[in-house]
Amino acid sequence: MKQFTYTVTDPLGIHARPAGQLAKVAKSFADTVVTVAKDGAAVKASQLMKLMSLGVKAGDTITVTAEGANEDAAIAAVREFVENNL
Amino acid sequence: MILMQGKGVSKGVISGALYFLRRHTGEITKTAADVDAEKARFAAAQQTAIAQLEALAEKCREEAGEKTAILFETHAMFVEDEDFVECIQSMMEEENTTAEYAVQQAGEQFAAMFAAMDDAYMQARAADIRDVARRLVDILQGAGECGIDSETPVILAADDLAPSETLQLDKSKILGFATMGGSGNSHTAILARTMGIPAVCGLGSELKEEYAGRVAYIDGETGKMVIEPDELTLQAFKNKYEKQQQRKQLLATMKGQEDVTLDGRKIKLYCNIGSPDDVSAVLSNDAQGIGLFRSEFLYLAAEDYPSEDAQFEAYRSVAAAMDGKRVIIRTLDIGADKQVDYFHLDKEENPAMGLRAIRICLNRPEIFRTQLRALYRASAFGKIAIMFPMIASVWEVKECKRACQAVMTELDKEGIPYNPDTEIGIMIETPAAVFMADELAQLVDFFSVGTNDLTQYTLACDRQCNDLGKFFDPHHPAVLRALKHTADAAHKAGIWVGICGELGADISLLPTFLAIGIDELSVSPSAVLPLRAEIRKSIAQTCTLDLLQ
Repeated sequence: MKQFTYTVTDPLGIHARPAGQLAKVAKSFADTVVTVAKDGAAVKASQLMKLMSLGVKAGDTITVTAEGANEDAAIAAVREFVENNL
Repeated sequence: MILMQGKGVSKGVISGALYFLRRHTGEITKTAADVDAEKARFAAAQQTAIAQLEALAEKCREEAGEKTAILFETHAMFVEDEDFVECIQSMMEEENTTAEYAVQQAGEQFAAMFAAMDDAYMQARAADIRDVARRLVDILQGAGECGIDSETPVILAADDLAPSETLQLDKSKILGFATMGGSGNSHTAILARTMGIPAVCGLGSELKEEYAGRVAYIDGETGKMVIEPDELTLQAFKNKYEKQQQRKQLLATMKGQEDVTLDGRKIKLYCNIGSPDDVSAVLSNDAQGIGLFRSEFLYLAAEDYPSEDAQFEAYRSVAAAMDGKRVIIRTLDIGADKQVDYFHLDKEENPAMGLRAIRICLNRPEIFRTQLRALYRASAFGKIAIMFPMIASVWEVKECKRACQAVMTELDKEGIPYNPDTEIGIMIETPAAVFMADELAQLVDFFSVGTNDLTQYTLACDRQCNDLGKFFDPHHPAVLRALKHTADAAHKAGIWVGICGELGADISLLPTFLAIGIDELSVSPSAVLPLRAEIRKSIAQTCTLDLLQ
């Protein structure tokens, strides 16, 4: 299992567009589950609506986890996306 | 013969095939005959929806930019969202429902989840979910995509049209409008009048989906709509159509004539427009100027605050096209009834009385400054006047003028040309502004009465409400007395006063307006020539104030 934490700086938080893109990135790794957690509530990054419903705002800290066959590649890709877009 | 009665909101008679924009109110059956068949229908609808959305995203990428394109891609992902799909499938299985029922229920459930979040942005996403659910239901019911998928022009039928929908319509395909909901003040009605095409609103459930494709006859004056008319009705319709065409020819002779009464009173006859595209209609109807250029289109059509340059270009192009004729541009008039996502306005119980128009501008000086800079820069290219909406207090006007002064000082420093004598006016649309008209007139170059809002505030009648009917009476003596009070104050201070609300085009009130001494009437482009014909027949001195009693 690979994991990192990140504090969101985008003023809108995880809004529709980046959530959609994040879900796309997370889905692209076979046999690997990427989750996003905030305040103990965790959702799969591929669950777009649930991901948005976490209500992550600027200043919130999220924990991103990848688990499975391609977890190294997945966590690197997701981290890059998150750092550049959120 | 099928006869329906609605409200005529844009004059003219026309016939054409009926085309339904959407099937919002199509009956949805709950119980399915064969659940497996429903599941297969849902899977097929998902594929169709994704294909539509991807095509839409592609179209946006070419025409509107990457950001809108991603929005539609996000919609496509909603269609495949695991939880959403699971919710739909389990409802079909467990409750034995049709695909459209399950989609609608799941859509509402997920939309409610977003609506309940404590964040205005996420609350607004409920609309995205509903949009996606509606698309799926439309596909399941065999309705076309939002838009007009027809080779020939049609009479467009819909429950009602949202402002964002009207932006997407191919206007060359529309002969007329027939809607279930809506009133004379609805977006459909205003759009129809601007385009000069017939419209009937408020047909209610009598307007049935099954009429799609059949030839309908609508009369935008009487509010009648007929399918398969009998001989007598058809003949009456044809006669009226004939007269209408003759009248059009007669009106064409009004072009190039002066707007003056028989006894020599000159009236400024201007147009209301909503975007630079409407300028061609202003010119072809031979108006003397633009009395109300609603700047909202720049904000409503955009994804983010429109830049100073984009605004400047829009204002400059209109001012230049009008070639020295007056162009009155109203500053931003949005609020909770004309929502723009990126403003992040909170939901309001009563948007008409909320944070809107000039109130937003005075609270967010940066937005205001950008628009004022664009306006002043454009003032070097034509005869621009600036008008502030929703004024209630003297201090608001003073603050607006200070903002104008600050922008002029900036432009001076930057060496950018502008017209320092750009006229400044205000909308009179609150009862407060009517009462304060004497003081307000000292501060500005002109008044323009927004009768739609003035009527709603004076009579305490919500203009968006369909059911107020006889209570929402723009001819109410209270409204007409407010007009007179405003005009007297303007003339005492030596400034002119106009009307830019819908009432300005009401020919039955023209004698009253002449008696009050209204100097300017700003109306839809299609109303210019009929009004000119009336003005040229009138004798101002013999007009009376009887209707004020």
